[in-house]
Amino acid sequence: MNLKPETLAQIEAVIPKYPVARSAVLPLLHFVQADQGYVSGEAMEWIAEKLQIEPINVYELVTFYPFFKEKPGARRLVRVCRTLPCALAGSYKICDTLQKELGCTLGNTSEDGEVQIEFAECLAGCGTGPVIMVDDDFYENVDETKAIAIAAEIKGETVE
Amino acid sequence: MPPAETRVILKNVDQPGYSNDLDCYLRNGGYEMLRKAFTMKPEDVCYEVELSGLRGRGGAGFPAGMKWKFLDRKSGKPIYLICNADESEPGTFKDRQIIHKDPHQLIEGMMIAAYATGTKLAFIYIREEFPEGARILEKAIEEARSANFAGPNILGSDYSCEIVVHRGAGAYICGEETGLIESIEGKRPYPRIKPPYFPAVLGLYQCPTIVNNVETLCNIKRIVEIGGEEFSHRGKPGAAGTRIWCVSGQVKKPGYYEFEGGAITLGDLIYEVCGGMFPGRKLKAVIPGGSSAKILRADERYEGHLRDGTAFDWGIKDIPLDFDSFMAVGTMSGSGGVIVMDDTVDMVQALANLNAFYAHESCGQCTPCREGSLWMKKVTTRMCNGRGRVEDAELLTSISRQIEGRTICAFGEACSWPTQSFVAKFREEFEAKTAENHSAAMKDANRLI
Ligand SMILES: Cc1cc2nc3c(=O)[nH]c(=O)nc-3n(C[C@H](O)[C@H](O)[C@H](O)COP(=O)(O)O)c2cc1C
Ligand code: SF4
Ligand code: FES
Repeated sequence: MNLKPETLAQIEAVIPKYPVARSAVLPLLHFVQADQGYVSGEAMEWIAEKLQIEPINVYELVTFYPFFKEKPGARRLVRVCRTLPCALAGSYKICDTLQKELGCTLGNTSEDGEVQIEFAECLAGCGTGPVIMVDDDFYENVDETKAIAIAAEIKGETVE
Repeated sequence: MPPAETRVILKNVDQPGYSNDLDCYLRNGGYEMLRKAFTMKPEDVCYEVELSGLRGRGGAGFPAGMKWKFLDRKSGKPIYLICNADESEPGTFKDRQIIHKDPHQLIEGMMIAAYATGTKLAFIYIREEFPEGARILEKAIEEARSANFAGPNILGSDYSCEIVVHRGAGAYICGEETGLIESIEGKRPYPRIKPPYFPAVLGLYQCPTIVNNVETLCNIKRIVEIGGEEFSHRGKPGAAGTRIWCVSGQVKKPGYYEFEGGAITLGDLIYEVCGGMFPGRKLKAVIPGGSSAKILRADERYEGHLRDGTAFDWGIKDIPLDFDSFMAVGTMSGSGGVIVMDDTVDMVQALANLNAFYAHESCGQCTPCREGSLWMKKVTTRMCNGRGRVEDAELLTSISRQIEGRTICAFGEACSWPTQSFVAKFREEFEAKTAENHSAAMKDANRLI
């Protein structure tokens, strides 16, 4: 396990905040995934050891919570909200546009392995739909023009 | 002129020049109510909350004061307070505004609630999809700690309380309070059976626990400010205080709007406040309280008696915006998420969209919910794909009825009510969606599934 010093510091700081160490498993999974891009089997065992729990108690969370990835994903994650309010605002069409512009199909990674597009369920921005997230960034009122611009920006950044 | 809002909780949100840092909050009278609460005894704060009639803003509308009263204080175990900032009910987007734009209001409300309930460790459970919100809250908590509004010996008293931000990981069921508790315990968020696991008695780490929504906790500050008695007179009986309504879907000006309970009607909200429908379109249906609430059809009439016995005879536009009126017309105000649909919407597609959500989010513990939500998704999706059958309307109703009331948590109702109400109210559209009648609906530019 080669975690960055900042990640290790975050981990050491968060555990004592909880009265029961096991409660820190979700934050630890977040820190590890942010550090490594996914949660490997080795990482799960490391977390289990750290919190004095069984590896299965870490694994069962990775398999349940949609956010955690067991395999390295693309560098950029594009999430398109598809739930009713966004769909009424045209999110399915926006998703088509993004797939075309990014050269990547829904649920998959682009050929160069840089971008991945997924559907997301309601992101709590329904008044300004369609809403998409690119990694941690939130984009609202995404129309055709905006979708093309966002795709261009992502491609521009990944080319560098 | 549209009816003027009464912005209390949203008072500072979107105000020009207002920022989410402590200095700005203090310049606007921040943490004065925490000081005031500290001059009162904790039980007096609880009494004011009870008197206020404040009902939970997270979905069920349960009276906050009564929930606090259920706390098992005799157990001698620590008491926990959890702020539910999971905000994942489709159509709901108010808590995010508070967290992003006025986080100290939430922290002040939480600290007052913590003091009143005797909590020494409080949590904010925030969904993973709010990474920015989590950072803002962490920073605000740090600021509040350094200014002695949270942490050890708050405001020089001998009362101490820490707040921990706990991030979810993309599962809607973490919004259900016992699922949320399991999630903080580091487990899969499987909701617990009530009884015996009422959080106020057996909650986090099997200790007495209060779970309240973000907006509910902000209202606690307001109650300390004006007093429980006065709060109870703001808004109609049974709908004390203001409420934030989140409007989405096909109206000219979607957004979040705050009004006193029952001050305006659904018609006022849609046609005056939100500017009405797009040109040439007509209102078709409204889901009034987040996607789990039963749908209302625009051309229905609603007749009956309110809880106090008064008779009513309303069209959809006449329904007052409060808890009891929505109950009276057979639905609920839920989380305050109003989803508006016009006459361009294909109701089968709209339901298929929601069913995909529920099938994805069922935690899988209960067979009726796990299997039923998937079946409802499969049937409605098939109908949209030109493979509808005449008996599908009946089949959908039958599946949904076999889920409701047979599950561990209220997700069972949440996933069956859309199907039940869509099919009952738009039966003709479901029956028309057979293979023979299938048009090119799925090729629509604005398809919903
Ligand atoms: C499936 C399901 C999802 C829920 N999601 C949320 C949510 O995202 N936010 C929330 O505040 N309450 C949610 N609730 C309601 C909570 O269980 C709980 O009643 C609420 O947080 C209590 O707070 P309140 O009394 O202040 O409303 C959900 C309930 C169910 C059954
Ligand atoms: S009703 Fe559904 S979501 Fe709730 S516990 Fe059962 S399976 Fe899980
Ligand atoms: S439906 Fe997309 S943000 Fe709510």
